[in-house]
Amino acid sequence: MSALLERIAEHNPRLYPLFSLEFGDAVVGVERDELLATMTELKDAGFDRLGMVTAVDRGEAFVVVYRLQSRSLSAAIFVKTLVARSDASIPSVFGIWPAADWQEREVYDLFGIVFEGHPDLRRILLPEEFVGHPLRRDYDDERLIRRPDYI
Amino acid sequence: MALVDRIGESLDNGPGGVVLTSVDALVNWSRGQSLWAFPMGTACCAMELIAASFSKFDFDRLGTFPRPDPRHTDVMILAGTITEKMKPAVRRLYDQMPDPKWVIAMGNCTVSGGIFYYDTYSVVRGADEFLPVDIYISGCPPRPESLQDGIVQLRELVKAESLSKKRTYDRPATLPRERDEDR
Repeated sequence: MSALLERIAEHNPRLYPLFSLEFGDAVVGVERDELLATMTELKDAGFDRLGMVTAVDRGEAFVVVYRLQSRSLSAAIFVKTLVARSDASIPSVFGIWPAADWQEREVYDLFGIVFEGHPDLRRILLPEEFVGHPLRRDYDDERLIRRPDYI
Repeated sequence: MALVDRIGESLDNGPGGVVLTSVDALVNWSRGQSLWAFPMGTACCAMELIAASFSKFDFDRLGTFPRPDPRHTDVMILAGTITEKMKPAVRRLYDQMPDPKWVIAMGNCTVSGGIFYYDTYSVVRGADEFLPVDIYISGCPPRPESLQDGIVQLRELVKAESLSKKRTYDRPATLPRERDEDR
C-alpha cells in the first residue's frame, strides 16, 4: 500500500482503501451518503482537478468511479462508490468541481444514474428522444441486430 | 464521351466553325467537370478525404474542390460513421445544398454501417436510410484513388441526366433497409 494511500486513509476515516498497485494510482472507496463531505475534504487536501467520472455495472449495484488529480501532491487517486440498482442516484459533485458537468451527464446518459443536484441533467451523447440506457447489462433494443455466430 | 469533349477536334477537322450539340450534353458536361464537394467528414474516412484533396493526389485536377459551405457545393461526400445523433445534422446540410446535387457514400460505415452493423444502438446502418446515395465506395477506409474513381463514375451518372424530367435516369430512392430477420 502506498504511503499516499495510508496518509489519505489516516486523514479521512470515511475512506476505506480498496487496493493499490506499486506504481499505479491508489483506489479508495467511500459510502454514498458521505460522498460530498469526503470529496470536499479531498479537494481541500489538494486534489483540485476532477479527471474523470465513469461507472461500472456490477449487476445488483453500480460502481461510480471518480479520478482525482493533484498537481501540488503530484498524485492521482480513484474514488469508488457503490450505488444500488434499485435506487440509482448519487449526489452530484458539480458544486465541488464544475468539470463534473458533462461527465455526469454522460454517466446519466449511458447508465441511467441520476446525479442529484446537477444543474442540467440531460442526455449528452445520445439523441434526446432515445429510450433506455445502453451500457446497462440488461439493456435490450428491438432495433439491435445481433451478431451471428459465424462472424 | 460527349460531343463537347471533342469540340477542338471538330473545329480543326470539320468543314466549318460551327459545332452543334444538345443542351443536355453541354449542361451535363459543364456540371460534370466541376463537381465541388462538401466534405461531410464524420469519422476516420475524412483523413483519406483530406489526403485526396492535397497535392499528392490532387482532387483539383478533376475539378473537384472541397468547400466548407453546403450552399456552394454539388456533391456531398459522406466520409465516416453516421450516428443517430448526427443524422439530423447531415440531413439538414444536405437540404441546404442547391439542386442538382449528388451524394457519395465513402467507406463501409456509410454504405452499410460497416463494423458497427451488429450490436449497435447508436449508428445509422447505411446513409441510404435517409439520403439518396448515388455512388457507393467500399473500403475501411477507401484509398484516395477509390474516391477519385468515384468522382469519375459520378460524372458518367451526371452525363446520363437530362434537363427534362422524363428523360432523367431514376435516382436511387430512399428506402428503409431490410433487417436480417426479414431477409
